[in-house]
Amino acid sequence: MTFRKKKSGNRLMSRPDEGKNPSRGVFTRRALLLMAAQGAVLGALGERLYGLQVRDGSHYARLAENNRLSKRFFAPPRGRITDRFGISVAANRINWRALLLAEETSDIPGTLERFAQIVPLEQRDTTRIEHELRHKRRFIPIMLRDFLSWDDMARLELNMPSLPGVLIDVGTTRVYPFGPLMAHVVGYVAPPAEKDVVHDAELALPGMRVGRSGIEQTQDTNLRGQVGSVEMEVNAVGRVMAELDRDEGQAGDEIALTIDSGLQQQVLGRIGEQSASAVVMDCRNGEVLAMVSNPSFDPSLFDSGVSQAQWIEWTNNSQTPLINKAVSGLYPPGSTFKPAVAMAALRAGTLSPSDRISCPGYIDVGGTRFHCWSRWGHGSINLRQGLKYSCDVFFYEVARRTGMDAIAATAELFGLGTKLPEIELPHVRQGLIPTPAWRRAHGRHWNGGDTIVSGIGQGFVQVTPLQLATYASRIATGRNVQPHLIRSVAGHMADLTDLGHAPGMSMPDHFFADIRAGMFAVVNEEGGTAPKARLDIPGVQMAGKTGSAQVRRVSRALRESGHFNSANLPWEYRPHALFICFAPYDAPRYATAVVIEHGNAGADVAAPLARDIMTDVLRRDPVNHREPPGQEVAQAEVD
Amino acid sequence: MKFQKRLLRAEPNFQILTKLWQINWLYVLLICALAVVGYGALYSAGGGTSRPFAGPQSIRFCFGLVMMLCMALMSPAILVRMAWPIYIFSLVLLVAVLRMGHVGKGAERWLMLGGMQVQPSELAKIALVLMLATWFHKISYRRMGNPLRLIPPALMVLVPVALVLKEPNLGTAVIIGTVGASMFFGAGMRLWQIALVVLPVPFLARIAYSHLHDYQKARVTTFLHPESDPLGAGYNIIQSKIALGSGGMWGQGYLQGTQGQLNFLPEKQTDFIFTMIAEEWGFVGGIAIIGMLLLLIFGGMLIAMRSRNQFGRLLGLGISMNFFLYCAVNLSMVMGAIPVGGVPLPLISYGGSAMLMVMFGFGLLMSAWVHRNATFGETTGEDN
Repeated sequence: MTFRKKKSGNRLMSRPDEGKNPSRGVFTRRALLLMAAQGAVLGALGERLYGLQVRDGSHYARLAENNRLSKRFFAPPRGRITDRFGISVAANRINWRALLLAEETSDIPGTLERFAQIVPLEQRDTTRIEHELRHKRRFIPIMLRDFLSWDDMARLELNMPSLPGVLIDVGTTRVYPFGPLMAHVVGYVAPPAEKDVVHDAELALPGMRVGRSGIEQTQDTNLRGQVGSVEMEVNAVGRVMAELDRDEGQAGDEIALTIDSGLQQQVLGRIGEQSASAVVMDCRNGEVLAMVSNPSFDPSLFDSGVSQAQWIEWTNNSQTPLINKAVSGLYPPGSTFKPAVAMAALRAGTLSPSDRISCPGYIDVGGTRFHCWSRWGHGSINLRQGLKYSCDVFFYEVARRTGMDAIAATAELFGLGTKLPEIELPHVRQGLIPTPAWRRAHGRHWNGGDTIVSGIGQGFVQVTPLQLATYASRIATGRNVQPHLIRSVAGHMADLTDLGHAPGMSMPDHFFADIRAGMFAVVNEEGGTAPKARLDIPGVQMAGKTGSAQVRRVSRALRESGHFNSANLPWEYRPHALFICFAPYDAPRYATAVVIEHGNAGADVAAPLARDIMTDVLRRDPVNHREPPGQEVAQAEVD
Repeated sequence: MKFQKRLLRAEPNFQILTKLWQINWLYVLLICALAVVGYGALYSAGGGTSRPFAGPQSIRFCFGLVMMLCMALMSPAILVRMAWPIYIFSLVLLVAVLRMGHVGKGAERWLMLGGMQVQPSELAKIALVLMLATWFHKISYRRMGNPLRLIPPALMVLVPVALVLKEPNLGTAVIIGTVGASMFFGAGMRLWQIALVVLPVPFLARIAYSHLHDYQKARVTTFLHPESDPLGAGYNIIQSKIALGSGGMWGQGYLQGTQGQLNFLPEKQTDFIFTMIAEEWGFVGGIAIIGMLLLLIFGGMLIAMRSRNQFGRLLGLGISMNFFLYCAVNLSMVMGAIPVGGVPLPLISYGGSAMLMVMFGFGLLMSAWVHRNATFGETTGEDN
């Protein structure tokens, strides 16, 4: 270890005289400069440290406290939905589920494999789990399987040592005690979609459900309740060290429907297997007592996820089980439209109740011949007879005189072709009462013939069963009743229309009396089109109107051949059978509309069904029950 | 002491024991004191046990201490001869880490060598200091007036900077570049030359920013607005500031810091060890650490100034600057003054290669101190 001093040449010899070495002088000066800079930087950092720790210390100490204290939020129980007597139609049931906390297992695939040996995981589950494993932070639990049976639970508990990171958790799931019976009205819930979560962070909470149809959808915010929270001391990965405070949140509001579940059940029983819809309303206050759309579906399937096969079956079914026909099904009203046409004519002054119109079995308008349903005609008849016999020619002529604009204006006052704003359902369709202006807006010309066919509710006219029931209610009471489904929210009555305070219809009472009389004749007089709708209850009569709505134009050749019989047509070409009615005739209380898809003649199919339904409704009326209404209430409390 | 100096000058072939006596033991004591602080902090970061961090780190420190003492005994002549091989070796490692390095947080930063993680950029810093000290030692101060003389050392700086940037490790690249620049400055680069280099910097910085990786740009933007992304990249800065602030004047108490102990503090055993110390010991503890670091830095600079040879001076300056930059970048980072980059706090943070390289650097510094009066192979004349 020697220096190279000796090897280096003379030129390279060092000079002990430091004063002559310029580099050292420069170095010392510059090094001192650098030291000053270093001191300044570290001094500034020390000052910053003072600022952070002492000057603003309390601010950051508070943030530190926030850090340490974590508020966890949890989903509140979803509000119950009951029928008008408090019987649950949508409730919550405890749901055991298995969760995986990814940070607590070192071998996720192994844990999943062992889990799958105990509780089988479907392909759908595994893809979802893999997706969540990639996208969620490691301390947020991932749902492995829910709706565990008691046996699954027991087996999982037994194998817990070999399943690190797996937790058993209790949540709630939505149950629908009546299943398909109420599916269309109540709707269903499903786990929130990813795009919902973006708009509403609350929905990210495990166990949160979103209403996807029916009341569950429209009343989602009421039913959801206030999110509860727990304040805990947590560490940075979110593990709970201690629970400090707890807010139970607030369960969602309980919603009572106007539906009478017992009646609903009876109506469905009457409909049986037919693809049909029926609506029963309290025609004084607009409460919908029953709303049935058949066939239906099981709403509880949506919470756990609908299988592909089931979905395909539903969507391919020509009887559209997923669609609430009562508000989303559009049908030509057929002859049930005639009272509205009559009212329009009376209002316009183009018809007086005593006017007679002659029906030879057909009418020629603008070079086209329009037939009455009766080949032989009805002779000279007045309004009451026109309704009673459902004479097409009578209403062709009335429509021609009155004009489509006046007819449409009156029909809309009856709720036909309107949105019915107070019905608390999604996907409510408006239907259509065509007018020349509407036709022009679509670039077409309105022909005189269009008015003629509209006069018997054919052509472009389309309405929903709920509109028909509303229409029947408004004819029955002369009041502008609004159909609605919610009786109370969290114990508060929905609004004052429950008391029957619906405003009047701005149409003279005697016009209503004439039309009601015609509808009375339809059912109760000899020769009326719906003798089968006559009630078998002493002292109570029903008024109604039949309708058979063609879905396909019947060619003249076929009609004249005399062999035309709609019952021989393929199902989807048969006419719809309709019936609207109200009872009791002398003091209207209930209104009903029935639509049987491709049911052929309204008189033969819809009228008896309506009579049966109305019989049930009247028998359930409290007036027929002298003993106190104990049974239903007791049932409600059991739930 | 006078006798020692005379001995040193008169008889180069002196005993190892004499050289050991020459070592600045006060300085070594200061180093050991900081290492003890580091042990305590790592013990706390490990949740009150020495097992995960403090134990292994103390073994590394002991190893580094022995290495430092060995280095202190090596004469500058040997170090000068080692400069090129070490420098080339560091470049090879930098290239290797680009080729087959392990990725950590989007950057290729470490190599597995014999079961150990090696960060070549740590070696590159020390190798560069040694290399530049050697180069500037051999050319005279006067000759530095010729800009052509500055091109080779400039390349010596730019090559590792470029390689480290490619990794990409912005923080370390900046440190290497600054250390190199400070050595140019200390070696006597002319002021007009400095002006010529410094003035275009703002424009170059503009261009450089456009070539930054997205995650590096994100660091810059979240640094400017950390609250904009509280759970993402801004998390570290916010949590560090919160932990510092919760320490207050006197601290939460040893092993009592809620933010560190509850793991809110990210990477508390490495980059954010200072935050942890300052949370538990308060401003008093934090400023004491800064004071100790400053003593080490100033001590290094004073050692450099005491050297009679340009090699020792520049070596001391480079090592001190390197140590200073480490500290300054790390402290600024944990206090939210500059964007976060993976720069540990030397002697205290957990980490093998950083510890070994810091001790290696101190070994060089100590060698410069021991051989401060030696003069060798230096050109000082005006006759070139």
